[in-house]
Formats: sequence, structure tokens, C-alpha cells
Amino acid sequence: MSELIRLEHVTRRFQVKRQQAIKAVDDVSFDVRESEILCVVGESGCGKTTTGKIISGLLPPSEGRVFYRGQDITTLKGADWKAYRLGVQMIHQDPYASLNPTHSTYQTLAAPLKRHGFASSEAGIRARAKELLEMVDLTPASDFLDKYPHQLSGGQRQRVAVARSLTVNPSFIVADEAVSMVDVSIRISLLNTLLRLKQDMGLAVLFITHDLALAKYFAWEGRIGVMYLGRLVELAPARQLVEAPQHPYTKVLLSAIPEADPDVTRTKQHLQLRSMDVPSLLRLPDGCAFHPRCPFFDGEACEKVVPPFTFFRDGSAVACHPVQRQREAEIIAAPTGMD
Amino acid sequence: MSKIETAPAPQKRPNEALRTLKLLARNRIGLLGLIIFVLMTFMSLVGPLIVPPETQAHVEQIYQPPSAAHPLGTDFQGREMWKMVIHGGRDVLIVAFLAGILTTLVAVTVGAASAFFGGWVDSLLMSITDMWLTIPRFLLLVVVATLVRLENVWMLALFLAFFGWPGLARQIRSQVLSLKQREYIEAAQLLDLGSAHIIFREMLPNMMSYIVIAMINAMTSAIYSQTGLVFLGVVPFGNNWGVMFSLAYAKNAIYNPNAAASLLVPMGAIILFQISLVMLSRSLEEIFNPRLQRGV
Amino acid sequence: MSQPIHVSTVQRTSAPALSVQGLTITYQAKRGDVQAVRNVSFDVGRGEALAIIGESGSGKTTLGLGIVRLLPSTATIRQGELLYRRFGAAGNGGGTSATSEVDVLQLKGRDLRQFRWKECAMVFQAALNAFNPVLRVSDQFGDTARAHGYLQGRELADRARHLFELVRLDSERVWRAYPHELSGGMRQRVLIALGLLLEPQLLILDEPTTALDILTQRNIMDVLKDLRQKLDFSLIFISHDLSLAAELADRVATMYAGKLVELSDVYTTFKNPVHPYTIGLIHAVPTLTAHRDHVSSIPGSPPDLIDLPSGCKFHPRCPLADQRCREEEPELAPASEAHHWVACWNWQSASDRLHNGQKGASA
Repeated sequence: MSELIRLEHVTRRFQVKRQQAIKAVDDVSFDVRESEILCVVGESGCGKTTTGKIISGLLPPSEGRVFYRGQDITTLKGADWKAYRLGVQMIHQDPYASLNPTHSTYQTLAAPLKRHGFASSEAGIRARAKELLEMVDLTPASDFLDKYPHQLSGGQRQRVAVARSLTVNPSFIVADEAVSMVDVSIRISLLNTLLRLKQDMGLAVLFITHDLALAKYFAWEGRIGVMYLGRLVELAPARQLVEAPQHPYTKVLLSAIPEADPDVTRTKQHLQLRSMDVPSLLRLPDGCAFHPRCPFFDGEACEKVVPPFTFFRDGSAVACHPVQRQREAEIIAAPTGMD
Repeated sequence: MSKIETAPAPQKRPNEALRTLKLLARNRIGLLGLIIFVLMTFMSLVGPLIVPPETQAHVEQIYQPPSAAHPLGTDFQGREMWKMVIHGGRDVLIVAFLAGILTTLVAVTVGAASAFFGGWVDSLLMSITDMWLTIPRFLLLVVVATLVRLENVWMLALFLAFFGWPGLARQIRSQVLSLKQREYIEAAQLLDLGSAHIIFREMLPNMMSYIVIAMINAMTSAIYSQTGLVFLGVVPFGNNWGVMFSLAYAKNAIYNPNAAASLLVPMGAIILFQISLVMLSRSLEEIFNPRLQRGV
Repeated sequence: MSQPIHVSTVQRTSAPALSVQGLTITYQAKRGDVQAVRNVSFDVGRGEALAIIGESGSGKTTLGLGIVRLLPSTATIRQGELLYRRFGAAGNGGGTSATSEVDVLQLKGRDLRQFRWKECAMVFQAALNAFNPVLRVSDQFGDTARAHGYLQGRELADRARHLFELVRLDSERVWRAYPHELSGGMRQRVLIALGLLLEPQLLILDEPTTALDILTQRNIMDVLKDLRQKLDFSLIFISHDLSLAAELADRVATMYAGKLVELSDVYTTFKNPVHPYTIGLIHAVPTLTAHRDHVSSIPGSPPDLIDLPSGCKFHPRCPLADQRCREEEPELAPASEAHHWVACWNWQSASDRLHNGQKGASA
């Protein structure tokens, strides 16, 4: 599969006070191939949402470059720019804010269809809108076409939002915590709809979540990346990452998650952090940002040198000094542009 | 639980204005405000066509208290107050409407442009707005009104709007700024729907309620400023509620118990109209903002 | 409306700390009555942790608010009984001599306020809104203590320091801090400490870990486990998070459309659930260990509490629904195992039919 999106050393700063800036995203590089699922997991403030906005073009990176089908998005013009603009769409978190309350489902879907000439006549637009609603499992479609957002449930709104993103035939969807505000009992069916769309339409999905179990379910055949305080610390095939985590932070996260099984969850060993305090983005620790809390803290290198993002033969990549030392023999060169 | 308390769901594409009117009819205070507002507007605009104006003084009936013969009493020239009230509303109302609309227009343009374009446009517009806000506007209004002759309602309305927009512009700016962050606006940007679509189809409909209320509030403050100016005598007008009050005051009605009506009636008319506007805007706010709606 | 049934659901020999019988709460809304809690009965044993799990709109928060009588003015308690038992202060022997019963629904004014903190405290979900932003933590503790004639000054500070240690907070730093200076997890722990200030016998936690990061959640869970070992109190926690229940609860009550549909010890709930909704909910949550094929969604969406379906409220989403389910609503009744309660006409075959069905569907 060819590469669809590539981030190269992307950094994003935000000015917080007159003389102070935080790095919400710090030197992040990864790629997403066509029809691939990549989950980005992390706690609040780790930069996962900012990363999603940079990829979708809502925020420009402060440093580094973003490529769409091999072309730097800042250099795109005319038809190429349009292909990128429509090719990358986003599904937001809050089903109550993602649809315009004054627009019916039909109006929501008709605007992009008309604007970009995907359908012209009123009848043509209605037919296409119905088709889209059926694709996101809102059936019978005619029941939903003239409804306003306040007449739909949270799950139904998210489906309309998915249908809206499909109006322009995208090839890449950034889903930012797209099911976290939907009721537990219907999350999976929404994810399954997305998985089917990926299958049928060859969509690639960047799924941003704080829930590792959900990430494992969704990215089953894909990859999961873990972010901590603006940096990507581990990237590996989904099941491998959950079953054999490498980075200490990933290990700590996985050990901390309670499981919906009393036998499992009550006997689970929890890794103890060295400190509960999360460092402020304004004053990040030197070296590895996780070192003040890391249970595997190992000497001077962790304190002083930012660990490089290192690629291993088994397809994983980790930014951690001790891991790098232990697996020295398995290190491979970084893929092009990811050094 | 908040999900449950949203307004009843209309089934087909609802006409927003019609829906608002229906909700207003169910809101007692709003309905009362609306009725008073409509009646007073009708009285002031249509009344003068039916009731002949009081052009002559009637020396024999100066300062009569209200009675069967003179329902609202008479003024210092013996003119019937009720006729004066009917003829005195037109200018007040027209200035209020015009000033309200103009103020809102300027404020929406400045506030929306400032928020939408950001950057130096925002800095420039907001610096001007802030400077404008710090000026004691009513005093300036008085000073300017004495220098410039405000001969017709248009001039006065323009003047009131010129001085009245900054506060509202700031409110509109913060509204647009918060709307800009909404996820559906981001989605519209990603779908490349264009600035015109985003401003007029996505943002404006979501601000209409706010703008209508702001306009009503601008009308009330325009009435205050206007009657204030008239009372101070810096704006010469033939006949309006402000002038009636001002003249009665000047003719020492305040010391004459029989003349109370000539003070109270124009003041009452102003207050009644203001109250109707306040009730209307308060109820509209409740209707437009589901969080203020209470389960009945 | 059905008559309240008398259920004693606790297996302990001593009297329960709280008995809820046939509690029914409705809200008035413009569209009609919101039936948030319908004929709910359960007991909470002394020192026991009961989890009430359910989705948004299941009525679980209303139930919690009803127990501490903090319902908004639009809510009415239509029916039911809330019996609270105060045990003697020395208390370990569970001697009946020192036990007194309180009818919570009859409490008024001062007695009610006393009940709310001294006997039964509720810690809310919105941890920042629960504080007055201009008061330091020490002042919040002082105010609470003063309002109930509790310790003051030095003694209060000592008690607070002790509680902060229990919830693993740095008392020096937290005592003088303003709410905004604390992280979400710290605020949640301060609230738990504040809830425990007057040594209540019953603590109700509403979504104690929702909206907190994973590592902070872990910390709160460890703190709660720790507290339960060191202090003697009963715990009710309300959550949509099944794993929290699996980790902390002794018993689990599943709530759907304002009603308890299943109630049992935590192992039975997760290992051998018999209500189709509980079974569905457990399968709807992906876990780190489970295979993807074992995860499946419940069809449809939760009902509108104003316009509830006929019969069993779960029947439109239930794969086992038959004629009887559509017409008649089942009440909570004993299932095969002791102290296992379920409200379902088909519970005896539910487990087999649903598990098989799921395997079939995923193959």
C-alpha cells in the first residue's frame, strides 16, 4: 500500500503568555498508508488532537512538514490542493456540537454535494443523500433526511457527521474521540460502521482515543501510536502493542487500565509510577519527558538526552533509552523521511 | 437530564419565525410584552391618522386633572393629553426602530469582521471600539447635539447609532469567536464550503436570536438617550413624549397637583413602551436559550 | 404504576445500612413526565460497596440524588421508602442496642442537613464545579465542619491531614490551595476526603473516575480500595464504566430505563449474568484481553424516559423478546442462585441463547 499521509518532524507551538510557548506536538513523525487504520492513544494534553488538526489542515505546523500523497501540503495549488482539502475529512468528538442545529440532515448533506458538483438537481441531491445515510446505517434513510439534530440521538448524530464527511469522497478520515460521548451500548456498532466503510471504500482512518482497549478493537489489523506530552513514544502493530508493550509509559498505561472482569482486574499487577505529578507543558523535564515518573528510569541518559524514535525489525518503533540498549541488535534504519 | 428538557420537536421543516411566535404566545410575559408593543406601535403610527392633532391652546381648561371629560387630563395649554400621547409616539418609535437597526448593523459588521478575520483587523477594530467605550457617551451626545442641528428623525437615529454600537460590537465579536470554534464550523471549513456559506448559512442563523435581542436592547437604550436629549432641550422636536414631559417640567407642573397628569402620562407612555420591550427581549431570550427554559 | 414490592437483597445477617424500597421518582418536563426512577428496591449492607451501572439516561444519577434528597425542584418522589440505619459509634460488634432507624423521606430542615453529611455524603462528578473557586481548600473544610458543629481549628486541620494522607494527597500543599491550582485527580480526591470529613456511614460517588485520565483513574481506584480497608463505611458508586464496578464493587446493580434489571454479587454479574441487557452491556465493551470477535453491540438505542415502550422496557432491543415481554413488565425477582435478582421473563434461557447466538453471529 502506498503512503497517504506522512508527518515529518512536526512540531506545533502555542503561545500561552507573552513570552511563553508550549509545544503541544513535539517532533512527531509517522505515516499512514492507504486504507490503513492508525490509532493515536494518549492522555489529555498529549497532543493527539492537535496532531489530528495538523493533518486535516485546520492548524499549520510550527515546524516540520505534512505530506499528502507524497506532496508537501503547503506547496499544493489548484486541483492538487482541492484533492487534499476534500480528501482529508474529520469526525469530531461531541455529537451535540458537530452538526449545525439550524440545518436539517438534508441541508447538512446537500451543501457540500452542491458546492463541489457531486450532485446537481434537487432530486439528484436527495437520492445521493439517501444513499449516504444508508451507508452509515441510518435506515430507512427517508426517516432521517428531514430531521434536525435535536431530533436525533447522539449516536445518530455521529452517523450523520460520518455521512457528511463522505459527501466529498474522502480517502482519509481523522476521527477524534468519535465515540467517547456516545452511549456504551452503541459505541461498537458505530465503530463497526466505520470499519465497514474502510473495507468498502478503502478509507484510511486516524482514530484518536484515550481508550487502549477500544484502540485495540478498532485497529486490530492496523497500528497504534502512543503519545506522551507532545511526543510519539511508541508505534507498533495494534495487537503487538497491547500484548507486548515496549515503552515504559505504554506498559504503565496498560497495567493501570481496569478490566470488566473481576478476576482479571483484581489480580492485575499495577506498575507504580515514581511520581504522580504530570509535568507541565510549560516546564518539560530535560531528556525523556517521562523520566521523572518512569518505573524503569535508568540513569543519566534518560535525564539528559531526548531518546530518539528508534525502529525495530518486528515493525515497532520506540523512543526509550533502556529499550534501545536491550534491543540493540534488532534496530533497523528508519523508513525514508522518518529519521 | 438536560437532553430531555429540550423544546418539543416539530416534525417537518419548521419555520423558525412561526415557531418563535408560537412559543412566545405560550410565554405569558412575552405575550403581554408583545401585545403592548403592537398596540403602542399601532396607536402611534395609525392613531394620528384618525385622531385630529391638538394644534390650538384652550386657555379655559389648563392643567385639568383626569376626568370623564378629559380622560388623561390636559396640559399647560389646555390640550387633551390623550391626543397628545397619540401624536407624540411616532417620532420616539421611529427613532427607536431606526437607531436599533442601525446600531445592530454597525455592531454586527464591526464585531463579526473583527472576529472572523482576526489578526490586525481585529486589533484595529477592537482598539477603536474600546476607545469609543471609554468615552462618556451621553455627555458627548449632549455636546454634539448642541453643535449639530438634529432636525429630523433620521439624523437623530444615525447619531444615536453612531454612539451606541461599541458595547454591542464587543458582544457580537465574542459570539462569533465562540461560534468559530464550533465543530460544525470546522467541518464546513474542511468541506471547503467557502466563507460566504460559513458566515451566512452556518453562523448567522445561529446568531439571529442573539441579534434580535440585541436589537431590542439597542432600541431601549436609544429611547433613553433620545428622551434624555429632548428633556435637556438640545433636540428640538414638535411633539413627542419627551418634549411633553420636558415642557410640563419647564412649566412648573411639578408644583401643581392638578398638573400631575401632564408629567405622568408621557412618562408612563415611555415606561410602558420600554417595559414591553424588556419583557419581549427577556422572553425571547428564554425561548432561544433552552437552558433558561423551565419545566412547567 | 405497580405496587412497590418488598425486597431484601442483602445477604448479610446484620441489618442493612440502607434499604431502598419501591422508590419512584419523576421529573416534570415540557413534553411530559420523565420517569427517571421506577420502583427501585435494594439494600446496602454495612461496609459493603454497591455499584449501580447504567448508561446515560438510565436514571442512575437521579437515584443517587434521591437517596441524599438533593433532587431538583422539578423532581418528585412519587412512591417508596428509604430506611437508613445508624449503627453505634463503637460499632464493630454490630450490636443492635446502638442501632437506630431513620426514615429518610420524613427528614426535614436541620435533620436532613445533618443526615446529608454526617450519615450519608455524596461526591459529585463535576469536580471543579463542586468547589467555590474563591475559597481555599482549608476554608471549604472549615465551612463544612462549622455548618455541622464539627471540629474546628487545630483539630479540624489534624483530621483533614489524616484524610489527605488516606487519599494520598500532600496535605501541606493542598490545604492552602485554591481549587484551580489542583489537577482534576487531586480535586476528586479532595472531594472524597471532604465527603469523609464527618465520618459518614454511607458514601455515594457519582461517576468518580469519568473524564479523568487513565493513570489518575487508577490512582482514585487505589485510593478508594485503600479507604475501604482502613475506614468503616458503605459505598454506593454510580458509573457507566463496567470495569470500575468489576474492580471495586461487592455487588452490582444494573439499571435500565429507570429500573434495576439485575442485582447480584460482582462475580455473578460478570461471570454469569442472566439479564439480556447486562449480557449485552458486558459484550459491548472491548477489553484489552478479549478477542475482537467477542465484542458486539446492543442494537437500537436507549429509550426516551418520557415515552417508554410497553412491557419490558428493554424489549425493543432484546433478541429474546416475545409476546409477554411486549405486554407485561417483569419485576425484580430471585434467580437461581442465592442473592441474585433479575427482572426478565426469559432469564433462565437468556445466558445460553445469547452466548450461543453471539458465537454464531461472529463466526
